[in-house]
Amino acid sequence: MMIDKQSPCGAGVPSSPVVFRLDPRSGVPTYLQLVHQVEHALRLGHLREGDQLPRVKDIVASLSINPNTVLKAYRELEHKGIAGGRPGQGTFIEAVPEVVGLEHLTRLRTSLAKGWLTDATAAGLDEESIVALFMSVLRDFRDRAEPSRAERSSRSLASRRSRSGVA
Amino acid sequence: MNVLETSGLGKRYRSTWALRECNLAVPAGRIVALVGPNGAGKTTLLHCAVGLIPPTTGSITVLDGFAAGSPGALESIAFVAQDAPLHQHLSVQAMLSVAAGLNTRFDEPEAIRRLTALGIPHDRKVARLSGGQQAQLALTLSVARSPSLLVLDEPLARLDPLARHDFMAHVMATVAEQEMSVLFSSHVVSELGRVADYLVVLASGRVQMAGDIDELLASHMLLSGPADDAERIARRFPVVQSVGAGRRVQMLVRVGRPSDQPGSTETLDAGWERDEVSLEELVLGYLRDPAASMLPGPMGQLPDDARELAR
Repeated sequence: MMIDKQSPCGAGVPSSPVVFRLDPRSGVPTYLQLVHQVEHALRLGHLREGDQLPRVKDIVASLSINPNTVLKAYRELEHKGIAGGRPGQGTFIEAVPEVVGLEHLTRLRTSLAKGWLTDATAAGLDEESIVALFMSVLRDFRDRAEPSRAERSSRSLASRRSRSGVA
Repeated sequence: MNVLETSGLGKRYRSTWALRECNLAVPAGRIVALVGPNGAGKTTLLHCAVGLIPPTTGSITVLDGFAAGSPGALESIAFVAQDAPLHQHLSVQAMLSVAAGLNTRFDEPEAIRRLTALGIPHDRKVARLSGGQQAQLALTLSVARSPSLLVLDEPLARLDPLARHDFMAHVMATVAEQEMSVLFSSHVVSELGRVADYLVVLASGRVQMAGDIDELLASHMLLSGPADDAERIARRFPVVQSVGAGRRVQMLVRVGRPSDQPGSTETLDAGWERDEVSLEELVLGYLRDPAASMLPGPMGQLPDDARELAR
């Protein structure tokens, strides 16, 4: 797979403001960890619109991971409308994801604390049980929304592969 | 195009079958991990693939139909054997010259650049390099031939964690730059998930499981529940492995293709918990039970009942 034919050895490419790291114990798939770290950098303002993301070759060389994993992460970011590939150049930040409004966030926070958490504590659940229950419900919730999404992303994998082959 | 295809492949040494009834179809462009315990037949399979030994039965082709060991195949395959075979008494520079002279295609400037970047002194004798440096040198010499398929036999076995990381990083960066498939064997399961995207599990000379890693993980599940209910669940899903004594049991089961199970196991009754399976658990599950073999593409052959009930 020809991924990074542009600019040998990073000459002329400004170093990217995001440095990836992996937590092998987190249980979160590698590509998702990369996606989360880009989103996190955006939220904190380290990454801005127009910034170039690290080249695939550089990431795999520093993290020792499969290039397809990085492609999958970048595809996911493209799918979310956050990043876009420019043929022959690389992947760039195109839009900063909409941040949930502070007001909205405060309301959700209050409803969780005053409503469900109060109920759960009153029912005698300790902190660990609360986390376990929340994670289990969240997983079921995600599973129900998942199948159509998985299908979409596998389609874009094929198109991305054929595109990167000619870039 | 398939980078490796075998049909009924078998290899017998005197009275012992090192490999038998091996059917594989590995697509190109993948990083393939060949996993199995010592003596499972990994090296035999790799040696068949690169044409070092002829098979006793069946056939094996590489890179879109070339017979293993034929000139067309050898031209585009690079192989690093288990002990990183280098001439110990030669200097790094001399080793480079030898490799350049022996190969019709050899990118010497790139190899020199690579060795410099790795901090390997060109005038040092190979014997005086560290294990990690020797492995890197063997790898550098192999990829300088711009192979379409790189075959590595236990490349990580004798390396310390840092050297393992650097070695695989070198392989991964080469894959990102060149159009190259990789087939490597390993008996260490824990570090595979980050690098490999295709898995072949061998045990006692037979293929236990082969396929895309994401698909394999998505088509298996860990179920835990009351032991007295286990038999009923076992009738619904093919069980790879079952552990537990007493009241609870944990089973590794096959649930068919992800697309076959939109709502996954929502129909599972209360008292049963399901969990995603990790790559390590999956591999160990198949290795512990050699009878639970899953040949390429068998997911479509699940009993209808199991596919139906997995919904």
